[in-house]
Order: sequence, then structure tokens, then C-alpha cells
Amino acid sequence: MSILVSTETRLLVQGLGKTGRFHADRSIAYGTQVVAAVHPTRAGEAEVFEGEADPSGVHDRPDRYQVEVPIFRSVIEAVAATAANASVVFVPPPSAADAIMEAGAVGVSLIVAITEGIPVADMVVAKRYLADKPVRLVGPNCPGVITPQECRIGIMPGYIHQAGRIGVVSRSGTLTYEAVFQLTRLGLGQTTAVGIGGDPVNGTNFVDVLRLFNEDPATEGVVMIGEIGGTAEEDAAVFVAKEMRKPVAAFIAGTSAPAGKRMGHAGAIISGGQGTAAAKIAALQEAGITIATTPSDMGMAMLQAMG
Amino acid sequence: MKIHEYQAKQLMAAHRIPVPLGKVAPTAAEAVGAVRSLVEQSGNPVVVVKSQIHAGGRGKGTFIEHPDLRGVNVVTIGIKDGIEAAENAVADIAARMLGSTLVTSQTGPAGKKVNLLYVEQGVNIDRELYLAVLLDRTLSRNVVMASTEGGMDIEKVAEETPEKILRAEIDPAVGLATFQANGLGWGLGLEGAAHMDFVNFVKTLASMASQLDTDLIEINPLVVTTEERVIALDGKMAFDDNALYRHPDVAAMRDETEEDPAELEAKRAGLSYIKLYGTIGCMVNGAGLAMSTMDIIKHFGGEPANFLDVGGGANAEQVAAAIRIITADPNVRGIFVNIFGGIMRCDTIASGIINGVKEVGLPVPMVVRLEGTNVELGKQMLDESGLNLVTATDMKEGAQKIVELSR
Repeated sequence: MSILVSTETRLLVQGLGKTGRFHADRSIAYGTQVVAAVHPTRAGEAEVFEGEADPSGVHDRPDRYQVEVPIFRSVIEAVAATAANASVVFVPPPSAADAIMEAGAVGVSLIVAITEGIPVADMVVAKRYLADKPVRLVGPNCPGVITPQECRIGIMPGYIHQAGRIGVVSRSGTLTYEAVFQLTRLGLGQTTAVGIGGDPVNGTNFVDVLRLFNEDPATEGVVMIGEIGGTAEEDAAVFVAKEMRKPVAAFIAGTSAPAGKRMGHAGAIISGGQGTAAAKIAALQEAGITIATTPSDMGMAMLQAMG
Repeated sequence: MKIHEYQAKQLMAAHRIPVPLGKVAPTAAEAVGAVRSLVEQSGNPVVVVKSQIHAGGRGKGTFIEHPDLRGVNVVTIGIKDGIEAAENAVADIAARMLGSTLVTSQTGPAGKKVNLLYVEQGVNIDRELYLAVLLDRTLSRNVVMASTEGGMDIEKVAEETPEKILRAEIDPAVGLATFQANGLGWGLGLEGAAHMDFVNFVKTLASMASQLDTDLIEINPLVVTTEERVIALDGKMAFDDNALYRHPDVAAMRDETEEDPAELEAKRAGLSYIKLYGTIGCMVNGAGLAMSTMDIIKHFGGEPANFLDVGGGANAEQVAAAIRIITADPNVRGIFVNIFGGIMRCDTIASGIINGVKEVGLPVPMVVRLEGTNVELGKQMLDESGLNLVTATDMKEGAQKIVELSR
């Protein structure tokens, strides 16, 4: 078992630029079912992907793949023709929020937005638009979602993952890889790893993902990676204290960050004394979460939390 | 992106939000030249001389060179002695403010040099209020914050007397509704003409926030005059960098002299860099990893000199630019390169580092930690490069090594 994505996932790619094409190819190599792409001027064509299968991906496949992915001009046409049930958004920032809403309008149940640099106001509108629709947005500005050996959506390196017992949820891309790699080396592996993204307005938060992991029978523990800015980690602490039945380990980036400066991610800023690493760590500890004191200790902290 | 008070007031005036009359003055002569017309047009004999820097707390801030001067100076001598006396006072004050270093609660002890003044008409203040429009991250939408405690440090008000802060959520599909603006006005104790003025003011401000993609609009204080008018006595605005492409007029307001020169150079090279005050330079891929690299250096007793995210990969050009920027800081005694290869192979990254280092040289020790595909090959290339660098197998070891080497 896993959360959000599995071998049943039928993926639609929105945005077939250089990055979108490259990562669609990596996902297919991993064994993900990529069933459609949307491109406004190339409708009717097909994009051909071929190469060597990624041995870290889905098992029991031929060594090579060759896939023709049909291109449509709109999400509604793509979904009607292919029954895609998930979408990945690589559309450039000025049109990305519109692409997210387009997928939401058709009811694509999982929308994973990779794009970095979407204006906040656009995301405020998109989030309101999606609020009453039966869809989940992950991201934007995130590495994506992966269930090892089943389905890869996004830009993460597949080979560091190993199917296993731990759920991972994170605001940071490279720190997710760091945690995943440690879990793989310790033999714990991952059920699903979810990057929720580094923007101030995002679709899915820690609490949403913790709730899913809580209900997933295969997930035995969760590694949560937060950072300065906002209060999403504090909200997660409240949820864990009240409802979480599984051990949680956490790392918070930014103990050395100065106030008032944006640390790379649009959302990583301490403002008005809110969002400090110290406050987040205190709240998480209070909720019984095991804290990794350095990013090299995330895997060990999980082991420790599992007893 | 931040802008100056005078620019924020120009934008407000363009949206028909009431602001005092004022003139920008890059020289003392221009400051003096502004006095007569301001007094005559406003009918108020008081003028105010305000430092224009990108930091708050100017009113209470003082100059290093002139401890008797504040960042904002109210000139009242004109009430008794007339316009010429006011002009003479402004001449003296402006000459001393310009080119001097203003230290406020937000500038740090080094302060900021004042290159520009804003001379403004006096206003007859009855009450000082607080008003802001900013993003509430939990709600994922903008909110209006208002308080009767104008002119105070709002963070202190929020902490000590949170009941004195009124809030109204802005639905992006609706904007700030009139009933919400009415409620805020009554909550602030406004009645009659002042209430009507305020309702227009706050509704316009809310729509301005969404039209211009502001991160923050803060008016502290918002003033109710003795004539029952509502007017923005101060104005602070910051904009969403990701949305500047659709506001070229706002983007043109950028004042690069207010920004750190190294941070500007990094931005041009496509690097995300923030200068700090330690001795260990950092070069990392990914914002979260970059932040936690600083943390781990500190954990092992070092002090990071910077935050630097080279982005997805690390090619020779970026590495060279990063080394140039990091080592231009005279405090730097060592560099920690921490790259999680991800999609990019470690041998590609290693050759980027080697070529980058060869291009600009390496005046201080460097520790490189690589992880990812072909990591052994990458490390071997670095070890055999003949360059003065040390490899590490994980973040912890790398941090310990660089702290040791930079002592």
C-alpha cells in the first residue's frame, strides 16, 4: 500500500517543454503510466519516448521502453480520451495557475505542480477555485510524489528510493532526497515520499499528508521535513499530538537563518517573530515527535522514534 | 521587492488614496526649495523631513554622525516665525541627514546611508491608527489588519494586546466587501465623515494589493485628522518578485543602492545568495539543503558566511561565479560545497567544480561533499585534480572538516 500514487495512476503531463519532456521520460523509464500530454499547438501529434528502463523502478518489465504519448490541446479532451487520473504541471509560471485550475475543472483527482515562481496572487485564486472540487493539489514548487517501484511523478531521482515502511513529507526537494537516501540505506525504505513545496500558498499541507499516512496500513512511521516560515509545522504538531497513531521524526531547516530574509524558497521567511525554527522544534517536541538535530540524522531519528 | 515610502505614496496617490503633499529631495537645496510650495498649498506651516531608506523604525532611528537628529524630523518653527525660518531649519537638517548613516531597529548596527529625503506637509493629527494588507498563509489569502494602536510596533501589539487587532479576510473572488470595511471602521471607533473616508480608503487599498501583487502594504500610522479626514502618513510596500514581470512600472522603482552588491551580482549569475556574517562560505544545491548546511556548520561550532543555492545542477560557470562571490567576502576562511546529485551525475558535477575552481583559483580551503549517481567516480576526479580540496562522504563529515580547516 501507499498514498496518492500507485501502479493504477494514469498520468497526464501539462507542459512539454525541456524540463517537462525530460522528466516525463524519466517517469516512463521508472515504469509510470504516462497516458497523455497537453500542448496548445501540438494537438493531434504524439510524443515518442524510448530508452532503457530504470532498474530502480517498477519490477518485471522489459529492459527497454518505447511509448507514444498522444498530445491534446486541453485537459478535458485528454481526460476524455485517456481516462488520466493524475496530472503533473510543468507549465511556466505565468500560466501555471491556469493549468492547475484547468485540471481541477475536469476533476483530475491528483494535480502535482512542479513549477517554481508562480505569483502568490495566482495561487490564492487557484486554491479558492479548487476548494469545492474533488481534487488534491500537491505543490507548487515541489519535487513531486513517488511511490517506490510503482509510480514517479515529478523531478526526483528514482534510484535513491526503495519500497518500504516509512512515509516522507517535506517542504524541500533536496532535503527530501537526503532523508529518502538515509531511509534506503538503513533498510527502512519508503511507502510514499511527498514534496509539498516551498511556496507560501500550496495545495497540500503537512496535516493532509500525515492524515493519509495515518490511514495507510503499510506506513509504519513518518519523516517530516519542515523549514522556517509560516505555521504549517505547528499545525502538524497539533495533529500529531491528537490523532497520529504512528511514530514521527522531524527535521526543521533554518535554525541559523536570520529574520526577515527569504532563504531561497518563497515561503522560507521569518516575519514578525513568526516561523522561527526554534518555535517549530519546540512545538514538535511537545507533540512527542523525535527531532533530528542535523540533516544527517533524519534516518536515525526515525529508527529511534520507532523504538 | 521593497520600494521607498515616497514611491509607495506615489502609487497610492495614483489609486486615489489620500496622502500628504510631498516632494522628493536628493539634495539639501531641493529640500529647501520644496518648503514654500508645500506650506502654501497645504496651508499648514509645519513640514516634515523624512529619510528614504528600505528599513522601518526611521522615526526613532538616529544618525551615527549626528546623534541629535532622528531619521524623521518635524520642523515646527514655521508656525511662529514663518516660511523663511522653516526653510533655514530644513536647510540645516537636510544637509546633515544626506550622506549620513541612519541606524534604526531594522538596519542593524552598521546602519544605512541616506541618499534621498522626502519633504512633506504637516498634518493635524487627531488619531493614529494602523492598517495593513498582507498574506495569511494559513488561510491562503490576503487579510486586512487594522488597529487603534497606530504608530506603535504592531508585532508588540499583536503579542501583548491581540484583542486590539482587527482582521478581515479578502475573498479573491469578491475583494473586500463593503460590510467588512464598515465593520473595520466601526471597530476602530470611527464615525461620520471619518468612517466614510476610511471605508473608501481600505476598500481601495485592498483592491490595490491584488492589482499590484503586493506582499505587504503597511500604513503605520494611518491618521485621522482634526478635520475628520483619513490619510496615509506613512507607507510601506513590498512586492511579490514572481509577479514583477506584469508590473514593469513597479519593477522600475527598484533602488539597487539599497541592496547588497554581492546579492545583486549573484542574482545576475542565476544564484540565490544571502550574505551572513560568519567565516565559512557555503555552496549548495536546493534551498532546503542550503539552509540546513548552514545549520549543520553552526551545529559543529562554525559560523556560515552565506546562504547560496546553485539550483538544480552545478556547472563550471555557476561554480566559478559562486566562488568569486563567496571569496569576495573578506571574512571567508573556507568553503563547504554540498551537492546532492539527484538527476545530475556526480562526475558531471565534479568536472564543473574542477573547471570552476581552475577558472577563478581557490584562495581558501574547500571541502566537497557529493552524493548521487557515480559518486565514487566524482570523488576520484576531485581527489586526483591536484586542487586544494578535501572530499567528504556525508554532510556531517563535511561540516566537521570545514569547521576544522577554517579555524
